[in-house]
Amino acid sequence: MVVDQFTEAEVDRLFHALADRTRRDIVRRVLVAEHSVSALARHYPLSVTAVQKHVAVLEEARLVTKRRHGREQRVAGQPDALRRAQQLLLAYEQLWQERFDRMTAVLEEDNQGGTP
Amino acid sequence: MSVTSVRKDTEQLSMTVTAEYDVTADRAWQLWADPRQLERWWGPPTYPATVEKHDLTPGGQVSYYMTGPEGDQPRGSWNVLEVEPPRLLVVEDGFADETGARNEAMPTMVMRVEITDRPGGVTMTIASRFPSLEAMDQLLAMGMEEGLQEALGQIDAILEDTPAPTRR
Repeated sequence: MVVDQFTEAEVDRLFHALADRTRRDIVRRVLVAEHSVSALARHYPLSVTAVQKHVAVLEEARLVTKRRHGREQRVAGQPDALRRAQQLLLAYEQLWQERFDRMTAVLEEDNQGGTP
Repeated sequence: MSVTSVRKDTEQLSMTVTAEYDVTADRAWQLWADPRQLERWWGPPTYPATVEKHDLTPGGQVSYYMTGPEGDQPRGSWNVLEVEPPRLLVVEDGFADETGARNEAMPTMVMRVEITDRPGGVTMTIASRFPSLEAMDQLLAMGMEEGLQEALGQIDAILEDTPAPTRR
C-alpha cells in the first residue's frame, strides 16, 4: 500500500522538476529504459554529480525511482499508471483544498452578516 | 488554513481530507444541506455550480450543473446513500443528462462526508474512492480548474514525447 501525505508542496515539486530541459530529457530516457546515472551523464555536458542532483529532484517529485545495482545507481521512470494515479489524486486534493477555502469564505460571510 | 490532513492512496485510488472549522456541526451541515450554500463552494469560480434538485434523504437525488467559461454545462448528480444530519452524508457522485437523470454509461465515485465535534468547532472529513484510473480521469475532468487541467495536460505532453511506443 502506498499512502501519501502531502500538501500543495507536491505540486510545486512536480512543476519545479519539469521546468528544466535536462530533467525532462532524463524523464524521457528513463521511461524508455532503466539507466545508470553515469550512462545518463554521457548524454549531457554535465558531471555525474550534476546529473545525480537532477535525478534527486525528479525522485523527490516522484517522476523517477532510483535503486542500487551493484556499484551503480539505476534510475527508472515511474510506471504510467502509478504516475497518473498520483497526478489525479493530486488534482483531486487541489480541488478539495479549493472547496474547503470556499467553505471558509461562506462561513465567514455568514459571521459578517451577524455583525453590523 | 482550514485543511488539516490529506491521505492519498495510489493503489486504492482513494483520498481522505480533513478540515477544521470553528462552527457548530449544524452550521457546517448547512454547507451541504442548503442548496444555495452548496452552490457557493462546490464549483470553482470558473465553473460555478447550480443545484437543481436537492433531496438529502436516503435514495434521494441531488442534481446540478456547472457552467464553464465557454458556456459548456457539464451535469452531475448524487445518489444519496446515507444521511444522518448533521453528522454523516454518503453519496455516489456521477454524471447526469440534460434532464438531471443519472448517466449510467459514465463512472461514479463514492464520497463520504463526516462532521465530528472537537473543542471549539468541528472537523469535516471527506473520504473518496474511485473505482478505476479511467473513472478518476473522467470524473476529475468535470469542472476542474482549467489551470490545473492544463498543467496536467502539459505534463502528459512532455512525458508522452518519448521516442519509444510505451504509451498509448
